[in-house]
Amino acid sequence: MRPFAYQRAQDAAGAVAAAQAHAAEDVRYLGGGTNLVDLMRLGVERPAHLIDVTRLGNDRIEETDDGGLRIGAAVTNAELAANFLVLRDHPLLADAVLHGASGQLRNLATVGGNLLQRTRCPYFQDVTKPCNKRRPGSGCPAREGEHRNLAILGHSGACVATNPSDMSVALAALNASIHVTGPAGERVIPMPGFHRLPGDEPERDTLLAPAELITAVTLPPPISGARTAYRKVRERSSYAFALVSVGAVLAVEDGRVSEVRIALGGVAHAPWRAERAETELLGEPAGEEAFAAAADAELEDAQPLRDNVYKLTLAHNLITRTLTELCP
Amino acid sequence: MFGSGLCGLPLTPVTSEPTQVAHITLIVNDEELRLSVDTRSSLLDVLREQLGLTGSKRGCDHGQCGACTVLLEGRRANSCLALAVAHDGARLTTIEGLADGDELHPVQAAFVEHDGLQCGYCTPGQICSAVGMLGELAAGWPSAVTPELEDAPYPSREEISERMSGNICRCGAYPGIVAAIEESAR
Repeated sequence: MRPFAYQRAQDAAGAVAAAQAHAAEDVRYLGGGTNLVDLMRLGVERPAHLIDVTRLGNDRIEETDDGGLRIGAAVTNAELAANFLVLRDHPLLADAVLHGASGQLRNLATVGGNLLQRTRCPYFQDVTKPCNKRRPGSGCPAREGEHRNLAILGHSGACVATNPSDMSVALAALNASIHVTGPAGERVIPMPGFHRLPGDEPERDTLLAPAELITAVTLPPPISGARTAYRKVRERSSYAFALVSVGAVLAVEDGRVSEVRIALGGVAHAPWRAERAETELLGEPAGEEAFAAAADAELEDAQPLRDNVYKLTLAHNLITRTLTELCP
Repeated sequence: MFGSGLCGLPLTPVTSEPTQVAHITLIVNDEELRLSVDTRSSLLDVLREQLGLTGSKRGCDHGQCGACTVLLEGRRANSCLALAVAHDGARLTTIEGLADGDELHPVQAAFVEHDGLQCGYCTPGQICSAVGMLGELAAGWPSAVTPELEDAPYPSREEISERMSGNICRCGAYPGIVAAIEESAR
């Protein structure tokens, strides 16, 4: 591991000021470290400066004036999933978090860090291999190589990686907002939209600018009458990344879909909001047939790779089954 | 036992100034220690290399196997991924700190009783993880298997397997491990 200087920030402004003092590629914010420290050990990340942002006082979950929730970026994944406000208002979020990582990792990992998890694409994690995300312009061996677990939607010639986060799928389904502060001041980035598709800049996972720091996530109030679920398919029944996952919100009135949100994990460079399927379903009679047709519509433009065609069937069946289960 | 790790320097909190060598305090198994650590050192590095506490094992060093699991502020954590410098002031319990003198911790005793091991390499991490997990159960934390904990006063085998999935046993001693934890939970 490259030697680095460690610094503990006292507040968000101090963290940003400390980060700004260094070249963007040389400095990283440290949360729980469960992904970053691993990547540093692998040589994928080589910061010369780490700025610890776990003690900025943003480690609480509170109700907001509009009836939503505000989750500090330093809240651990374990605390998030066990919090009574989260379980009361957004069980989808707690369930998604509990489907990720392990008990001991969730105790360390933070909400801000989970949003910034890097892909587990094997070429990204292996510094002896080319990777456009790790070394822009070096190429992408995954397209022709090992890509069973990689993207079927929204990928580019430069990158077919997937976002590994379960939590982010739930946040995308729940229309969360990501609050950040940086050299240009504070701003709010909506979910979905915080994570990017790769295009020709796969090295950028998110919209964050250099030195920008996530301070909190806010959630709108729950939709009254809606039911939610998180379903995840993986190669073993626990402690594995998603092949495909779905976070779904469904409300039905008089037999018709009055509200629907579908977010997919494991299929793209970002949590994938199935907006086409949602549009197809809104106002339509709720039922398995309609859900299956909407899933087909969403996956129409998918571009599976040689070895991940199976994800089309998996995503189709998972969307259909999850919505059918949620149907009253 | 702890001699090699003590640096005798006064406690200087790691705060505003960047540093590559940090002076930190850790409370390990109820003993307060002042240590000088490389910023790259994980808690596992410090426990094993500086303090001679080799019960916590280095399996994968990537947070995937759980052999390094310790209790950090009472909660189980992968010590291989936790930078020591970031946990200045923390209270740690390792496998060496669980027994009360010659009396094994109940979870340790249950592992012996149920043959919850073969080679033993993953065992310290399994036991620390189980102790932390039982605390999480007692606190009412849900799991992917049981979102509503009130439904299940005692954890099922499925529940235990889910909550212990961060600890891998290459010998496949899982039946004994789960049985030991099942008994400990009653």
